[in-house]
Amino acid sequence: MTVTGASAHGTAAVHARGVHKSFGRLHVLRGVDLEVEPSQVLCIIGPSGSGKSTFLRCINHLEKVDAGELSVHGELVGYEQRGSRLYELKDREVARKRTEIGMVFQRFNLFPHLTAQQNVMLAPVQVKGESKATAAERARTLLDRVGLADKADAYPNQLSGGQQQRVAIARALAMQPKLMLFDEPTSALDPELVGEVLDVMRDLAAEGMTMIVVTHEMGFAREAGDALVFMDAGVVVEAGAPRAVLANPRHERTKSFLSKVL
Amino acid sequence: MKHRAARPGTHVSADASAPGGPAALEAVPVRHRGRWVAALAVLLVAAMAARSMAVNPRFQWDVVGQYLFDRAILTGLERTLELTVIAMVIGVVLGVVLAVMRLSPNPVVAGGSWVYVWFFRGTPVLVQLLFWNFLSALYPRLSLGVPFGPTLVSGSATALITTWTAAILGLGLNEAAYMAEIVRAGILSVDEGQAEAAQALGLTRLQVLRHIVLPQAMRVIIPPTGNETISMLKTTSLVSVIGYAELLYAAQIIYSRTYQTIPLLIAAAIWYLVATSVLTVGQYHLERRFGRGSSRNQAATMVQRLRASFAGRNGRGAGATGSGGAGAGGVGGVGAARAEEHR
Repeated sequence: MTVTGASAHGTAAVHARGVHKSFGRLHVLRGVDLEVEPSQVLCIIGPSGSGKSTFLRCINHLEKVDAGELSVHGELVGYEQRGSRLYELKDREVARKRTEIGMVFQRFNLFPHLTAQQNVMLAPVQVKGESKATAAERARTLLDRVGLADKADAYPNQLSGGQQQRVAIARALAMQPKLMLFDEPTSALDPELVGEVLDVMRDLAAEGMTMIVVTHEMGFAREAGDALVFMDAGVVVEAGAPRAVLANPRHERTKSFLSKVL
Repeated sequence: MKHRAARPGTHVSADASAPGGPAALEAVPVRHRGRWVAALAVLLVAAMAARSMAVNPRFQWDVVGQYLFDRAILTGLERTLELTVIAMVIGVVLGVVLAVMRLSPNPVVAGGSWVYVWFFRGTPVLVQLLFWNFLSALYPRLSLGVPFGPTLVSGSATALITTWTAAILGLGLNEAAYMAEIVRAGILSVDEGQAEAAQALGLTRLQVLRHIVLPQAMRVIIPPTGNETISMLKTTSLVSVIGYAELLYAAQIIYSRTYQTIPLLIAAAIWYLVATSVLTVGQYHLERRFGRGSSRNQAATMVQRLRASFAGRNGRGAGATGSGGAGAGGVGGVGAARAEEHR
């Protein structure tokens, strides 16, 4: 394992250098280099199997990085450096770091045995030790913000896909994260429900949230994104301003991918 | 507007789904002659059994009635219920611990759980009961202390291992092995995305298990646990071989004195049936409670199905051919009512 010293990029929200990840013999990430500044919205596009989701999951340590350097707000992910040695973090410490990173999943992953409001309240109460009254009040504010104030007492299976995903966003925001990760948030939605989720995400971007969005929504990437990255075969092939990359891709692979999806 | 139905089986749902729409189709329902023959055969066998029970004097129903509420029998019943509850509590608690151990990334911890389940499921519970009962032959003295160090408390095994403790240990430890597998299956049934979403929010492994995984696993764990409880109630009768006076042994004590073997076994069987019936009803309601939101049509009770069947016969004869759900019965009923309106 080769992990270089702690990041000197203390200001970057996310800093990745040569990140590698394998699942058994499958080498998914083959040296990802990437930089996200605070308040920036970075969109990651690329064919399926290119490693976009895996990279996103590495950022909050749902997957363990095999080699390279990955840090969030200047702190290494999943490891701690003392002297010249790296130490793996304990479950509790990993959990504490994750509270600063919100994540939204392709398949929502709402807790089906809890109502929308209870879904949003769970982490503030259990992790931060907030009182139920405070958490409930904030949960209602957040549900209102994603346009679901009237659905607070609904169970996930009583909500449409778009509503579920908006609850999932509210749930992630309840922990007041500094960084939000979106893993294909609209891919599992019926076409007419995509817009309502993207609207919530646009609002969030406008408020200055740092966001990394793995997406197939080129329109969203173009309008709401500050930067765009095209990944293929486990590496970043091309990066730049969204409009520039989408309009004039420089690499062949980017061109051929965009010609299929645009 | 009246049609002849091309496919009689489909007309009821078409009717019920369009309230206030066109008039219902009218068709002669399919006759199920094979089912009628089978139903008659069932009734015949039942009648024969009932008659035999009524006319054979060796059943000695009067003796059954005399001993049904006998003090010794009732005490036995009480002990049977007590054994069932305690053994199940041990089984469930230890089962959860074993299931969590089994899913541990540490191979020694997981392996320990595997060996436990392998041993306790691989040997007959009767052998285990006898083994616990004769433990004093293996370890005449039992002591509690620091491993490989000084002893703190010590006592004679014969005094510590009574038939009651042997029964509790034998049944409880054996049950834990089965419960471990049930709980493990329940935990594995919860989508991985659930744990990931909870971890991403900053919950620790233990919090994820407690707040997210176990509550959802209950839906899968409850039904087989109910079966295990019912099964345990009957398995407690094995304890009679080590001489603990639960329900069966209480009956045996009496008939060894009076030689009224059959009536006393019937009295015991009646109490077992009563107890398992009560548990079955309880299990049914627990399952409905924990199954909420998971399926659109909840399974109907046998009573509901019978009712639906008759409602269907009076109207269109379609309710009985439905999918067996309360929904199907309800549709049949609605169809019948609407058919009346339109005539």
